[in-house]
Amino acid sequence: MKLDIRMPMGVMFVLVGAILTIFGWVTSSDAALYRRSLGVNINLIWGIVLFALGVVMVILARRAMQRDAESTTASRKGKNEPSAVS
Amino acid sequence: MPRIEMHVVDYVILCVYFLFVLGIGWALKRYVKTGEDFFLSGRSMPAWIAGLAFISANLGAQEVIGMSASGAKYGIMTCHFYWVGAIPAMAFVGIFMMPFYYGSRARSVPEYLKMRYDEKTRGFNAISFAVMTVFSSGISMYALAKLFEILLGWNFHFSVFISGIIVLLYIVLGGLTSAIYNEVLQFFLIVLGFLPLVLLGLKDIGGWHGLIHKLNEVSVSNGFAPGTYTESWSHMTSATANPMGVEWFGMVFGLGFVLSFGYWCTDFLVVQRAMAANSMSAARRTPLIAAIPKMLFPALVILPGMIAIAMHYQTKGMFLPIENGQPNYNMAMPVMLGHYYPSGMLGLGLTALMASFMSGMAGNVTAFNTVWTYDIYQSYIRPGQSDRHYLWMGHVTTVVGILLSVACAYAATRFNNILDFLQLVFAFVNAPLFATFMLGMFWRRATGHGAFFGLLLGTAAAAIHHGLTIPAGATAGIHGGWLGTIIHTYPSDMAQNFWTAIFAWTVCFVATIVISLATRKNKTNDQLKGLVYSLTPKIKDHDVPWHKQPAMLGLIVIAGAVVLNIIFW
Repeated sequence: MKLDIRMPMGVMFVLVGAILTIFGWVTSSDAALYRRSLGVNINLIWGIVLFALGVVMVILARRAMQRDAESTTASRKGKNEPSAVS
Repeated sequence: MPRIEMHVVDYVILCVYFLFVLGIGWALKRYVKTGEDFFLSGRSMPAWIAGLAFISANLGAQEVIGMSASGAKYGIMTCHFYWVGAIPAMAFVGIFMMPFYYGSRARSVPEYLKMRYDEKTRGFNAISFAVMTVFSSGISMYALAKLFEILLGWNFHFSVFISGIIVLLYIVLGGLTSAIYNEVLQFFLIVLGFLPLVLLGLKDIGGWHGLIHKLNEVSVSNGFAPGTYTESWSHMTSATANPMGVEWFGMVFGLGFVLSFGYWCTDFLVVQRAMAANSMSAARRTPLIAAIPKMLFPALVILPGMIAIAMHYQTKGMFLPIENGQPNYNMAMPVMLGHYYPSGMLGLGLTALMASFMSGMAGNVTAFNTVWTYDIYQSYIRPGQSDRHYLWMGHVTTVVGILLSVACAYAATRFNNILDFLQLVFAFVNAPLFATFMLGMFWRRATGHGAFFGLLLGTAAAAIHHGLTIPAGATAGIHGGWLGTIIHTYPSDMAQNFWTAIFAWTVCFVATIVISLATRKNKTNDQLKGLVYSLTPKIKDHDVPWHKQPAMLGLIVIAGAVVLNIIFW
């Protein structure tokens, strides 16, 4: 695989998760906003879920990259490129 | 219909998504060097990626909007489209058909038909498929623009432009790989964007038991037995006992066998994803991996529709917008999004909806450019050119495909009936197709003439059956009965569709056998090696772990579907 899809996907969910978490945290006292979601601060909760999921994807992608790097060239062991290219 | 207000945070989330979609295309650009890279992802996809793309290409917007609408209109019986109408066929294509598709090294489904039968059978399939994909993509685009116009007040032209340009850019940049990667991203977005909606809706209605209780009232007030909207099989002994107007035989044979196997086993849109897998084993596991989320999707797309109709009755008709005195079921999902999601989550939900439209479009466009370039352009217009030339053609075709989709989207705004008519014609063409493939793969005696004329007769049978029958309450015309005399009235148009498919399949099956026996075999046994079951060496997969054996995975997904059917009987 040339580009590990988990990397961009993970980064995107980290980003969207962060946006939702921060927005949910800032608006946590806004009862009118959360009347729709039955009083649940769904932004905060789901933001944290997305963030955690994104982090897991990024970790998995990095581990796969490291494994690839080790198996292909011993000289480049431990050195991984941020763009997730094998 | 109340407008939904989008705020800054919602636009930010939507923009982040667009940025990543284009970014993925951009990052993949340097890996696309040959035609095989562009059209087949260089056959390099791991099974899980191909599997999620397989399901995501199918999960277009018609699916999300349409299945939630059916959930509201028919209740839990809509699940038959998944547990009867998808899972068995997906298991079949993985276990039995993929060895021929992948093993023959065919680059498309029409190309397999050429290898197995002859040129004319391939041409018929290639041309009808190419036309169909362009129209499907155009309909997706139209539906998206229309929905965002009603829902958010977005300009129709703006929606068409933005969705067209984004899909165009990411496919031209990264080809099928880009489409597949974006489909995987869209899969997660759709699941994560709609899951909280279901949880909030259930919480509001009093959980599953609260929903059953409310839907019993809906059943009774529609003149059915209580439980009709929450029990999937109990009310199928006669067509008049359920809102779908279908009895169990039409459901099992029409949908579960003919239509479902015809779609999942022969539609290049989905098969292309499995052909992009990196090995035979991965290609066979692709539909099986896809089957696992597929059987759970009803919770994500049908359940919101069921909650919406329960809310509609609870609020005395104040939930869904009313159109012609009936609730507008197509708005079930959008209304749910607007009702339960505050700003923030609303951005995520609308992004998921946008993603589902774009995955449907992109899936059609990638299938279109492959079939056009390999099966029409390379075969009939300019054969024997260099790979570079066909790669260039792939880029051109992507642009043309998008432009044709745009044209269809605009045609739909003016001539709605034309699109209905075309969809009807496609249904006629598709209904008999599975008989051709089944005989091709499992009966070595089937000949090219048999296949071609069998297909033609099957298509004609579909048209004639449709012309002679009519669903109750409809007027002759686009709904059937256009041949003048009506010999049968079906309780619903769905029942009519299922029986049209049954007739078409049976005629194609019988005609192909009869004509094959009357004509000479046009391929030797040697030429059919790898294309027909009895002439292909069996794949041994006893030495791989059980979770990688297609037969084992197939058994698991079938068992899963059976259990779901029993639980929600």
